[in-house]
Amino acid sequence: MKSKAQQYWRQNLIYLAILLAIWFVVSYGAGILFVDWLDQFRMGGFKLGFWFAQQGSIYVFVILIFVYVWLMNRLDKKFEYNEV
Amino acid sequence: MGIQGWTFLIVGLTFALYIFIAYLSRAGTTGEFYIAGGRVSPLANGLATAADWMSAASFISMAGLISFMGRDGSVYLMGWTGGYVLLALLLAPYLRKFGKFTVPDFVGDRYYSTAARMVAVVCAVFISFTYVAGQMRGVGIVFSRFLEVDISTGVIIGMVIVFFYAVLGGMKGITYTQVAQYCVLIFAYLVPAIFISMLMTGNIVPQIGFGGTLADGSGEYLLDRLDGLSTEMGFDPYTDGSKSTIDVFFITAALMVGTAGLPHVIVRFFTVPKVRDARISAGYALLFIAILYTTAPAVAGFARANLLDTVKDAPYSEVPEWFTSWEETGLIEFDDKNGDGIINYTPDAETNELYIDQDIMVLANPEIAQLPNWVIGLVAAGGLAAALSTAAGLLLVISTAVARDLIRRTFVPDITQQRELLFARVAAGGAVIVAGYFGINPPGFVAQTVAFAFGLAAASFFPAILLGIFSNRMNKEGAISGMIAGILFTAGYIIYFAFMFPELNNAENWLFGISPEGIGTLGMIINLVIAVSVSRFTKVPPVEIREMVERIRVPRDLDKDEVKPPTRIGD
Repeated sequence: MKSKAQQYWRQNLIYLAILLAIWFVVSYGAGILFVDWLDQFRMGGFKLGFWFAQQGSIYVFVILIFVYVWLMNRLDKKFEYNEV
Repeated sequence: MGIQGWTFLIVGLTFALYIFIAYLSRAGTTGEFYIAGGRVSPLANGLATAADWMSAASFISMAGLISFMGRDGSVYLMGWTGGYVLLALLLAPYLRKFGKFTVPDFVGDRYYSTAARMVAVVCAVFISFTYVAGQMRGVGIVFSRFLEVDISTGVIIGMVIVFFYAVLGGMKGITYTQVAQYCVLIFAYLVPAIFISMLMTGNIVPQIGFGGTLADGSGEYLLDRLDGLSTEMGFDPYTDGSKSTIDVFFITAALMVGTAGLPHVIVRFFTVPKVRDARISAGYALLFIAILYTTAPAVAGFARANLLDTVKDAPYSEVPEWFTSWEETGLIEFDDKNGDGIINYTPDAETNELYIDQDIMVLANPEIAQLPNWVIGLVAAGGLAAALSTAAGLLLVISTAVARDLIRRTFVPDITQQRELLFARVAAGGAVIVAGYFGINPPGFVAQTVAFAFGLAAASFFPAILLGIFSNRMNKEGAISGMIAGILFTAGYIIYFAFMFPELNNAENWLFGISPEGIGTLGMIINLVIAVSVSRFTKVPPVEIREMVERIRVPRDLDKDEVKPPTRIGD
C-alpha cells in the first residue's frame, strides 16, 4: 500500500503529463512543426497555422494553467491537504 | 497642451504614485525585504509578476520586431508566454513549499553544497546584470525621446526613482509599485491599439480585428492585404516564415525555458502565503501578460500594413506628417538613390531607399492614428513603467544574492537581521549604480544580452531546479557538473558567434543550424544528460535531503506516522 503522499504525487504526475502534452502540441506542433500544413485551413482572415503561432497557443497556455489550478485544488481537497 | 507638457504631467504623476506606494510599503525586516513577508495576495502577485516580467523590450520593441519578421516573430510570442506553463506546473508550487527566500537558497539547500550555492549566485548575478543594463538603457531612451533630455540624464532620473523604491521598500515596496506599473503599462499599450484597430478594421478588439476585414470598404481581409502588399514589393508574404523550422523550434524552447528559469520571476512565487496561491498567481500572471502579448501581433500587423500602404510607390512630397516628424529623430530615413522622388522600399539593400527603426512601431502608433497628445504622454509613461518594474525586480535579485546567499549563508552566518538588512540595502544601492553605469555606457553587446540572459537561465537554473524536485536521486555531483557544463557550452557558443567571429554567424556555420538565440535549449539538454549520468555513478543524496524532496511535493506536511524514510533507491 502506497502512502497518501505517493498517491498524491502520482496523480499530480499524470495531470502534468496530459497538460504538458497539450502544451507541446499547440505550440511546437501547431505553431512550428505543422504550421505550413495547417495554413491550408482558414479561420476568418487567419490561416490556421499562423493563428496558432501568433494567438491561439497563448490562449491555450492561459487555459492550461487555470485547468491545472482547478485539478490540483480538487486533488488537494480529496487528499485533505487543506492549507491554512 | 503639447506633447511634452502631457508627457511631463503623466510621467510625473505616475512617478509620484510609485514613490508614494513605496513609502507606504517600506520594509522593516529581512523577510519583508526579500519576499514581502510572504503575505502578498495571489492576484497582486500575478499583477506584479506581469509587470516584473514585461520589460522595455516587450513594451517598446516586440511589436516592431514582429512587424518586420512576420510569422517568424512567433518565437517571441510563444517563447515568452509558454514558459509560464512550465513555471506554473513544474516549479512555482514546489519552490513555494520549499519556502526560503531565493533561487540559490533552493539550489544550495537541495544540493547540500556551498559550491552549488555559489554557482547559482554567480548565474543569478550575471543573468540579472546583463538584463538590467538593457532596461536602464531603455529608460534613458524613452526619457530622451519624450522629454528631450540627453540619454545620460534620463538614465540618472531612472536610477534615482529605482533607488528610492528598491532600496527603501525591498520586495514589499517593489511588489505594490509593480501592481501600479502594470496598470499604467497595459492601459498605455491598449489605448492606441484599440483606436488603430477601430480605424483599420472597425473592430474594437485588436485580437479579432487582426483577423478581420479592412474598414476601407474593400471587404479584403487585413492579413491577405498584408501578404499581397509584401509580395508586390518583393518581401516574403507576412504570414509565411523564412527561418528554418529547427531554429524556430530551438529559439522558442530557449525563450520558454529561460523564462521559467529567470531568477527575478521565480522569486516572486516565494511571496505568496500558500502553495495553492503560487499556482493560481502563475495563472493570473500569464493572463495579464497575455493581454499584452495577444495585442502585440495585432499591433505589428496593423503597423506593417499601414506602413506599406503609406510608402508603396508614394512620392516623397506626399508622405503624412508622422513620417516627417519621425525623420527628424533619425528613426526613419529616406535616401532617394535613383532620384525619382518616389519611395522605393524593397528587401534588396542596393535599391532600398527607406530605413525604419523597429522601435518606432509602438512609439509612433498614436501619431499614425492621429490620437490626442495625452495618449503619447501615456505611451511614454507605459514604456517607463515597463522598464523600471523589470529593473527593480532584477536589482532585488542581485542585492538578495549578495546579502543573503553570500554574506549570511556563506561568510557571516551569525549576522544580525538589522545588519543583514543594511547589507541588502547597500547591495541594492550598489547594484543601481552599476546598472546605471551600464545604461550610460552600454557595452557593445546589449543587443545580444537577451539571448545571453535567456540561454544561460535555460542552461543553468532550470534543469537544476527541475531535477531537484522531480528526481530524489539527483545529487550535488550531478547538479553541479550539469550546471557548469550547460553554462560553459551555452556561453561559449554565444561568445564565439556574437563576439569573437561575428562574420561566421550564419546558418552554414551553426551547429545543427541552431542560432545563438536558440542554443540555450541544447545547453539545457547537455545539462540534463550530464547531471543524470553523473548522479548515477556517484553517491545517493543523504536521507534528510530525500525526505525534503518528498515533503516539497505535497502542499502540507503529512501527519508524522505517514512520513517514512524512503526505502527504495532511485525514483
